[in-house]
Amino acid sequence: MASDIRENQEKLAKKQAKEVEKLRKRQAKIKIETVHVKKSKGKHINGSLGGDIMIFILLALLGIFMIFPLYYSIIQSLKPISELFIFPPRLYVINPTMENFSNLFKVAGNLWVPFSRYVFNSVFITVVISVIHVFVVCCAAYGLSKCKFPGYNALNQIIVTALLFSSTATWIMQYIVIAALGLINTYWALILPNIATSMGLYLMRQSMSTINDSIIDAAKVDGAGHFRICWQVIIPNQKPAIATLIIYVFQGAWNIQGGSLVYEEQLKTLPTIMNQLAASGISRQGIIYASAVVLMLPPLIIFLVAQSNVMETMASSGMKD
Amino acid sequence: MAKAKKEQTAVKPINTESKAAYTWHLIKQNKTVYLMMLPFFILFTIFTLVPVIMTLPLGLTNFNLVQTPRYIGLQNFYSLFVNDDVFLTAIKNTLIFAVFTGPFSYVLSFLLAWLINEMNPFFKVFFTFVFYAPSMTPSAYVIWQLIFSGDSYGYLNSILMDMGIINNAIQWLTDTSYMMGVVIVVQLWSSMGAGFLALRAGFQNIDNSLYEAGAIEGIQNRFQELFTITIPAMGPSLLFAAVLAISGAFTCGTVGSTLCGLPSTDYAVHTIMNHAQDYGTIRYEMGYSSAICLVLFAVMLLTNHFIRTILSKYTDD
Repeated sequence: MASDIRENQEKLAKKQAKEVEKLRKRQAKIKIETVHVKKSKGKHINGSLGGDIMIFILLALLGIFMIFPLYYSIIQSLKPISELFIFPPRLYVINPTMENFSNLFKVAGNLWVPFSRYVFNSVFITVVISVIHVFVVCCAAYGLSKCKFPGYNALNQIIVTALLFSSTATWIMQYIVIAALGLINTYWALILPNIATSMGLYLMRQSMSTINDSIIDAAKVDGAGHFRICWQVIIPNQKPAIATLIIYVFQGAWNIQGGSLVYEEQLKTLPTIMNQLAASGISRQGIIYASAVVLMLPPLIIFLVAQSNVMETMASSGMKD
Repeated sequence: MAKAKKEQTAVKPINTESKAAYTWHLIKQNKTVYLMMLPFFILFTIFTLVPVIMTLPLGLTNFNLVQTPRYIGLQNFYSLFVNDDVFLTAIKNTLIFAVFTGPFSYVLSFLLAWLINEMNPFFKVFFTFVFYAPSMTPSAYVIWQLIFSGDSYGYLNSILMDMGIINNAIQWLTDTSYMMGVVIVVQLWSSMGAGFLALRAGFQNIDNSLYEAGAIEGIQNRFQELFTITIPAMGPSLLFAAVLAISGAFTCGTVGSTLCGLPSTDYAVHTIMNHAQDYGTIRYEMGYSSAICLVLFAVMLLTNHFIRTILSKYTDD
């Protein structure tokens, strides 16, 4: 019996020694890995250089297909009239010119309403929609994701369900509502319905729900109210989602066309008038692409600014258990 | 029994004589939260909810925008399923599109978002931009019209003819045996929209310390990391992208109508959405159009419920 126990003890001791050895090895590995992390900041820990290169090649190949229409629009906008109609179209320019752009602004300068008015309308509407939408949506998303209040489930269900309902069915009813409120032919007809979309809210709600509750409890203990928790604790930790929200709402707002909601010339937006300019005949072929490029620029700049601000600032925000 | 219940409720710190009183207490406690949500929900109710609710009874009427709607009961739905052959084709096409583009675009945007996330900061921004570019370019489909152009000058036709694979130009956009495939490809190509951006954001939101912990726990490669850390940590973003993928897959039709026209040859790429557009914006039969949208809505609700049950493993609600 005694020998049995001794054997067992020896076995156990051996096992423990092995485990200790293993742990040491692991620790050694970790040290190497941490050095690696320090060398290449912002990189993943569990990846190899070969894998990185393969991923890069794969992405680059697929990327060529994705970037193509953008490239094509820009190339077409730089082509002089003699090259625009060559068939099949060339994918490069021989004599790049800014003729199309100067033509665009020449035509735009001859309008009955000064061109700057359309630019102002679009900028005004876009800024107002983006600012109000982001503010209102962040407040609502905080409530929907982090507070268990009566009606919590019902409101969340409504938001998701509204996302699934197609606008083809509702546009006529939306028009009737806007008309009943007397908003037709005002800026508000363009602004308010676009603030009231539920996609941004659902995006923020989903993103905020990944935040750990402990950080909110800590803020509560420190005496912060819901509003301060939302804007000083949650939002600074939500940069990627906010960037996505801004990109999306800006792009949507910038492309708003007055349609039937405003009929007065002074209230129409830039895309509306650009489409009108481009739609008048084959001689305006170059202008079509020039206007497309001009219209694309603001969302593109917003995209790049928003995305590059997001980068690794998020990495560790002190939210550990 | 009654005594046990009383004891249970007595444990709670606040007076819970009735459920209503307790609810009222919670409402008072969350006053600020309601105030914060109020502005959005006022606008949302007026401009989204009310129009949606007003549309529901419209499906039971005959409404041509000029005369007042006339109640006709379930006749719209009856003619949809019994008399309207095109609608049955549209259902078939929509299901094919949904099955092929929905899951594929979802998996594709997830994979791309993940691969981009493995790059360094500069290339992260660069590739996110590259893959999101089609959603930002208004004239995106023009290029596909050039590629699939039906004459021998179409890029695809001329390449295939040069290589000797085909002898005659193929009518990619009007021949019913190719249209579906072409539209599915273009649909997939243009599907890197909000869902993709949200997934990118989800990846960026993951605390780096989780990966460090993973390295300590002995994770060997990217794939292990993906399945053990990344996916469980971004459940809500996955659900968001899934909802967008569902609505995108079932409401697709713009690609088809832009490339192949509305209506397309033999209704080969005619979807439920195209059908609703046809009756809503061309024939002005709003009642019938609403009925079509309601059917689509019901199908999407069911799918959404199905997906949520699958993903519920990763989400709290």
